[in-house]
Amino acid sequence: MHSLKSYRISFALISLALCFAWLLNISSGSVQIPFDALLSVLLGSTAEIDSWNYIIWNYRIPKAFTAVLVGGGLSISGLLMQTLFRNPLAGPFVLGISSGASLGAALILMGATLIAGVSSFTFINDISMAVAASLGSFLVLMVVMLVANRVKDTMALLIIGLMFGSITAALVSVLAYFSSAEDLQRYIFWSFGSVGNLSGQQVMLLSGVVLLGLLLSVLSIKKLNAFLLGENYAQSLGVSLKKSRLIIIIATGILAGGITAFAGPIAFIGLAVPHLTRQIFDTMEHRVLIPAVFLYGSILMLLCDTIAQLPNSANVLPINAITSLVGAPVVIWLLVRKRKMLF
Amino acid sequence: MSELKKHSITVKNLIVGYKNKTVADNINFAIEPGQLCGIVGVNGIGKSTLLRTLGKLQPKLSGEIAIEGKALELNSSFELAKILSFVLTEQPASKNLTVQELIALGRQPYTNWIGTLTKEDKQQVEESLSSFLLKDLRNNKCHELSDGQLQRVLIARAMAQDTPLILLDEPTTHLDLYHKVQILKLLQQLAHAKKKTILFTTHEIDLAIQLCDKILILDGRANPIGTPKELIEQNYFDQLFPSEMVQFDAKTGSFKVNK
Repeated sequence: MHSLKSYRISFALISLALCFAWLLNISSGSVQIPFDALLSVLLGSTAEIDSWNYIIWNYRIPKAFTAVLVGGGLSISGLLMQTLFRNPLAGPFVLGISSGASLGAALILMGATLIAGVSSFTFINDISMAVAASLGSFLVLMVVMLVANRVKDTMALLIIGLMFGSITAALVSVLAYFSSAEDLQRYIFWSFGSVGNLSGQQVMLLSGVVLLGLLLSVLSIKKLNAFLLGENYAQSLGVSLKKSRLIIIIATGILAGGITAFAGPIAFIGLAVPHLTRQIFDTMEHRVLIPAVFLYGSILMLLCDTIAQLPNSANVLPINAITSLVGAPVVIWLLVRKRKMLF
Repeated sequence: MSELKKHSITVKNLIVGYKNKTVADNINFAIEPGQLCGIVGVNGIGKSTLLRTLGKLQPKLSGEIAIEGKALELNSSFELAKILSFVLTEQPASKNLTVQELIALGRQPYTNWIGTLTKEDKQQVEESLSSFLLKDLRNNKCHELSDGQLQRVLIARAMAQDTPLILLDEPTTHLDLYHKVQILKLLQQLAHAKKKTILFTTHEIDLAIQLCDKILILDGRANPIGTPKELIEQNYFDQLFPSEMVQFDAKTGSFKVNK
């Protein structure tokens, strides 16, 4: 065991990397803004072109901030799930938690048409989306938890996650059949995933959700470490299984559900980041992992979003395409060295 | 009360099992601090069920269990963590922990909300490392260890938990003779030097006879307990297995196959 102090340099380095990724993210976009102009705007002066000020303060900075929250929060939820399910392949997307959130969101975005026969647009607000998506992810988490207690097999759990994905897809296609073209389009755009286009109020709400999830995670650090030994050992160390499990599940649900409501179902970040982090911080100690995973998740999300911007072009790729390209190989790599299946 | 205090663990008329199924009944014994006690019996007789019940990992069906004079069920799981520790047959969920990290987890009942190790905690971890000959392996990951080494780590973790009572479920399975003896001798040292009460289930009856202070034989009837010598003199080991297959030799304290 290294003392916590020995990680100081690593933490300093990734904090620096985060600043760099953040600047890179802010400096790229469809409108080209020279780097020195960008810096001077960030430092408080006004740029010569008025629209630059507006773009930086009202679009790019909130977007970068959202990327930090989304990447960090999803990665923490992945870490919690991997420890709770004792499963290296657990993550919000793979276990179907994001699907649950999607179903909640689809019901809000398209379901109202079904029920009321009018475009649901008037019924939508941010809070109802967040609540519906969180409830959806809780529901799936509870079912996965029940199944995980019965089936000890790692692969079975993943297949169950896939099935939830299929069930969601089926229900969504039923909803889509009956919903209006605009509603359907809004759902499709949402499902691509995006960290942009959030209003100031939405960013505030998202920050609150992520902070709450993080707070619960930090309070669970000692219990998470005990869970590394297995549930019987954790119990013999004085951990109340039911209570700790519930708190961890609530934290996961809030993080995965809340984030999915605002940013759409973002693939693989939650699964991949804890593993990438363990490659560099070679420890299982959650006191180190929780801050490290958050920082890594933020960095990766900022980079993915920067790539999705297609620098110097007016096109924006769906962020899910980028995160999948990064994350799916990580899953394959994990399965190939399955012999160890370490987490 | 004083009579109860003298015994680390006292069990009266205990019945263990599951909701609809009694696994073992009529269990009575008392063990004093500083004693190493082996629990032997044929497969399926309820050794592990008894051990899990003693550790409150599963509820008893009826009877009394008292640890240091206090009924087991009156202890919260948090209090219990300072009274008894476990070595289970299951592997640790994450084998990516280092030896030292895993042993340090044994200090959880004593650490603060986030698990900071104090000077005393670190000292306990060091002592456990050296008692179980693990100093050179401290930074190794658990998946790099042999079965015998991993078993020593798990027992060292229980020692670091610093409880008067330690329960071990088949600590010597899958080990070769040398490592079986090594584990049992280390347990014997721990019991005698630190005045710990150690109970373990085992199939190594001949080793238990040589190393244990007491043996509890689960035979499904009287479930006798005594020193190995007493039990041999009363011919209890003869009845343990069907005699047409194996026979107990009282002179050597071991079983012989009938040819």
